Order: sequence, then structure tokens, then C-alpha cells
Amino acid sequence: MATVERDPGTEFISQVLDGEPALGCMQCGMCAASCPLGAAMEYPPRQLILQARSGNLDKIMDSPSLWMCVACYTCSDRCPRGIQLADDLWPALRDKAMQEGIQPPTELQDAFQNIFKYGNSLGESARKRLDWAKDLDVPLRDLSKEPSPVEILWLVCDYPSYYPRNQVVARDFARILTALGIRWGVLGNKERAIGDCDRLYGEEGLFEKLVEDNKKLFDKYQFEKLVMLDSHSYRALSHFYPRFGAEYPVEHHTTYLADRLEQLKPLLSKPIEAKVTYHDNCCIGRRAGIYDPPRQLLEAIPGIELVEMERNRDHALCCGGGGGGMWLDSHIVEHGGQRLSDQRVQQAAETGAEVLAVSCPFELSRFEDSAKVVGLEGKLQVRDIVELLAESMDLAEKEK
Amino acid sequence: MNIAVVIRQVPDLIEPLEIDASGTSLDMDEVSFLVNETDDHALEQALLLKESSGGSVTVVALDFGEVDDTLYAAAAKGADRIVKVAYDEDRPPSPRQSAAMLAEAVKQLGAELVLVGVYAHDELEGVMAPLLALELEMPYVGVIRGAKAGEPGSVTAFKEFPGAVMAQMNVKLPAVLGILAADQPPRYVPVSRIRNAMKSTEFEEQEVAAAAIAPAVKLQRMYHPEVGERAEMLTGSEDEVAARIAEILLEKGVIK
Repeated sequence: MATVERDPGTEFISQVLDGEPALGCMQCGMCAASCPLGAAMEYPPRQLILQARSGNLDKIMDSPSLWMCVACYTCSDRCPRGIQLADDLWPALRDKAMQEGIQPPTELQDAFQNIFKYGNSLGESARKRLDWAKDLDVPLRDLSKEPSPVEILWLVCDYPSYYPRNQVVARDFARILTALGIRWGVLGNKERAIGDCDRLYGEEGLFEKLVEDNKKLFDKYQFEKLVMLDSHSYRALSHFYPRFGAEYPVEHHTTYLADRLEQLKPLLSKPIEAKVTYHDNCCIGRRAGIYDPPRQLLEAIPGIELVEMERNRDHALCCGGGGGGMWLDSHIVEHGGQRLSDQRVQQAAETGAEVLAVSCPFELSRFEDSAKVVGLEGKLQVRDIVELLAESMDLAEKEK
Repeated sequence: MNIAVVIRQVPDLIEPLEIDASGTSLDMDEVSFLVNETDDHALEQALLLKESSGGSVTVVALDFGEVDDTLYAAAAKGADRIVKVAYDEDRPPSPRQSAAMLAEAVKQLGAELVLVGVYAHDELEGVMAPLLALELEMPYVGVIRGAKAGEPGSVTAFKEFPGAVMAQMNVKLPAVLGILAADQPPRYVPVSRIRNAMKSTEFEEQEVAAAAIAPAVKLQRMYHPEVGERAEMLTGSEDEVAARIAEILLEKGVIK
């Protein structure tokens, strides 16, 4: 019987997407129209599939577009065929490109190399993992030194461990957990990056290594749940790790705290008189449907008036930091794109809010930088929900 | 072209450097290592020459520090052979010792061109690259910022002089080039390829005579930088430090 051979492009996307969905793409253009960076891309999502199906993989891999997706998941969310571009097709193309010697943008290379050598994207020493807790005024259980069963194994993650602005949030979270009487522990200097952005950015080998290393590490300890401040790590652990046989009960800190709202409410004694708007981050929003818990936490704080941006929940604009975007601003701007965080802080200011509340570590630095860039410094504060809770509980650290 | 590349390990400066009880050396228990940056450029230049003009690339390194990680990455990038030279000491050799041992290994390769980083940040006693050329009895050109195949039996090398003046020169082979920077930054190689290299690469282990070279320089004291009389060290919170920096800039008239 005669067989019809598929061209390499069709074969490639068929393998990556497990068969038919991409072949069933009807080129409706919902993905390209909704992509916040699509206008700047040589090959926006619709074109990406078209070119791949036409066998033009080389064209796509040589294009700057390959490194412009920041994994906001809007295309996947809008696609009537359910094609997983951000989770699967973009990363597979990037992996293929890197295997063929195409170089990713240099800032992204640095982040990959830092994670591979040092276990964190910032290129910091593993020995400084616990620096955030140097002046912590509540007891910290470092499981790598005193292994004992805990309710939650808190993965502090890279930015809260090392980045000064996020270290404040980490200390606040430690105090909140302690105030709630939760038995919590951390991995101390043994903790390593989880690797979500690397998965999305096509560094399959690095991601697999991180999964293997982290699985070995987690399996040493007894815990009921993994909890983290980082939405990207949450996404990786809840969605990608199980693909490699590493399955754990995982919870984002906003749902973990919202589940304890009745216990929290009496502790929220200090009013915060402010108009606050909340930014839905992509990993817990569009990808996991976690829209209400962060809002419940904010509304529980006395004095806060919660207002919504025009683009909220599944319509929220991405901060631009996901999927490797933290290390791609220069590349994206060089190729005609805009820093999405600059647009987002303006959308927040349009509500009249004084505070932009966030629930992902990347957003503090991105939005604070953008507020300065667009002239909102001093007018729009960017604060993590954890900071606002700690302040209302009178647990926030005082200015020295 | 048969190219040999010499690669060294140097202390990684992301860790705070500690001085041991002798007061004349780093505390090696607290040091982690990584590839010397200019050696990494030397490898990149060798791979570019091979890709443009053919030939083979052999990487030679002393078995010290975290050299296996570096060598597997080199194999993943495209090095054809990896020669690991036995070295049992727990301290890095001096540049003169390195040059003697590495030269002995390089001599056995019959390389026409030897590429090595022009310096390493832990060289306290001379610079290894020209010493290697001396041991190999080959001419040496340093501070090279790019090279391409020249007429048969030569390479065209680009050397940087002070004031950003560049020179193009024809270098007859055999020769040693001290590389400052390759024609392009060292390439990124995906981790999956490094992991494959870990499974498939066999290092050629080589013994050479230990270099019995007494130190020419006696280190009297190693110490952290001390605060000078005219230095003002800024302390306090980030805000306090930032405010003081702004004050100083105003005081000195840098800003108005």
C-alpha cells in the first residue's frame, strides 16, 4: 500500500503536540490577535503553526520571534482547538534550535548557565540561600540540618531567597506562617531552582536535571505539602514535574492562606486605608484559574478598597517576566516589542489605585522598575499580598 | 589544522574568598572552581577555526578543581579529543609548574597551533601563556582578539594594542596564541548535550612528570583589602548608602 510521508515540519509539530491538534489548526488567528507581543513578531503564533506545517522550521528557528514569547498563555487560552503553544510548541522549537547550535539571547544564556552551575538564576552562591533569614525574628527550621516532619515544606525559590526586595516578602511570609501556628521548614542551602522558565524556554535538558535533583531532595523529607511564593515554580511542580514521575501535593501561597482565612481574619487588626488593584499573574491565573483567593485575602484586610483593572482575571495583561521574559527585555525591545510591565502599571494607575498588589516574585521588580520608567514613582506602590497581610497583622518589619 | 587548547580552573569569585591559617593562601576547602574565562574564549576560537577550515581540536587540562564539568562541556561544544593530565595536589600549580606539565602533554599531540587564555585571575607568579610557549619552543603572540586560517602553514591573528589600536598579523605555525577574546562569545551548549557527553566521552588520561620547580616568589602575606586613610566606607541600609552616595556626588560636583 502506498504511504504518504509527512514533511518534516508537520511531522515535528505532530510529535510535539501529540498528534492532531496542531494539524487541526484552522488559522483563525485568535492566538496572534490576542498575543501581547504578536504585533512585534515576525512569526506570531498563527504564522508559527503555518510555517511549521509548511516545513519552514529553519525560518522560524532563525527568527527573533522564537525568543519573544513570555508564556502568558493567552494564545493557548483563546485557541478554539486547545493547541498548547506556550507549554509545548514554542519550547520544543527552542529546544530544537539550541540543539542545532542556534544561540539564545545572551541574558537568557547567563540565566541558564547560572541555574546549571549554581542552582539559581541570579548566579548567587548556594551558601547564601538563607541570607534572607539572617535577621528573621521567628524560628526557622532548616530541614537539611534538622530533618523532621513538617506540615509544609516551603520552597523559598530564587528571588525571595536572594533579591533584597523579595527577601522582605519571604520574612513576612515566615512570620505569617509562624503566627498561624503552622509547622514549616525550608531546604536551606540545599534548595535549587525549580526550573519552570527553563522548561518553557526550551532548555529541556536543564529542566530534566532539575527535576531529577529536586525529586531526590524532596524525597528525603516528610511533609504534607509543598508551598511556594513563586507562581512559576507552582506551575512547574503542579504541571510539568508529574510528566517526569515527580508528583507532590503542591499549593501556591495565596490559596494556602485563603484556605485559612477564618483563622487569619482576627489577626488582621491594623487597617490599611488604600485603594488597591490586583494583578492576576499568568501562572496561577490563566493557567490554574486561581482568581478569587488572592482577592479574598485583600478584601479581608480592613481599610482596603479593592478595585479592578479593565483587564483582569483571564483578560489580564502579562507582566512580561514569565517563560524566560525576565532575561529577554533587551531582546524584545531590540526587536520592536514593548516591556509589558510598562503598560500594566499604567493600567493599574488608571483605576485610581494607590497600590498594585501582586502575588508572584518577578512582579515586584518588574512593576517597580516600570513605575519609575513611566513616571508613576511615588504615585503607585507595588506590594506583595503577603506584605499587606503582614502589615495588617502588625508583623511587617519596621524601617531601621 | 591540528589545534590544541589549554584550559585551566580558577577560583570562582561568587564565593567569598577565605584565607587559610598559614595566611599565605586561600582556604581551598572554601573555594569552588570554574573554567578560566579567557581559556573558554581560546576553546571557542579553536572551534571556529575548525568549523571554517577543518582539522581537529584537542583540549588539554590538569585534573584539578571541577575540571570534569568543564571538559564535558568542551566535548559537548565539539572538541574532538580530551586529554586530562594527572595532578594530585590539593592546591593549584604555579603558572611555571602548569606550563611545564601542560607542555609535556601538548608536545605529544603534534599540534600546529596551541591556543590558551592570555591570563588567569589567580596568576601570582608570571603568566602561564608565554611560559607555555617557552616550554614548547614555539613563538608566542598574546592579547589576540580573533584569528582565521591564513596561507598554508600560518594563521592570521588580530592583536589588540593599547588605545584600541588593532594589528593584523600573519603568524607562521607552529605557534602559541594567547587569546583575550574569540571572534564570538563562547557558545551556549544545551544541558542535554552536556549530559550526553558525560555518558559518551572518554577522557585520555595522561601522566606527566611532576614539575619540580621551586617558587621564584615567596608569598609573605595574603590579606583582604584594607581601608585606606582617604577611603570612606559606606554602611547602613540601602537607603542610607544611596543617600550618602548622592551627597558625595553633590559635594564633589559630579552632579548639581
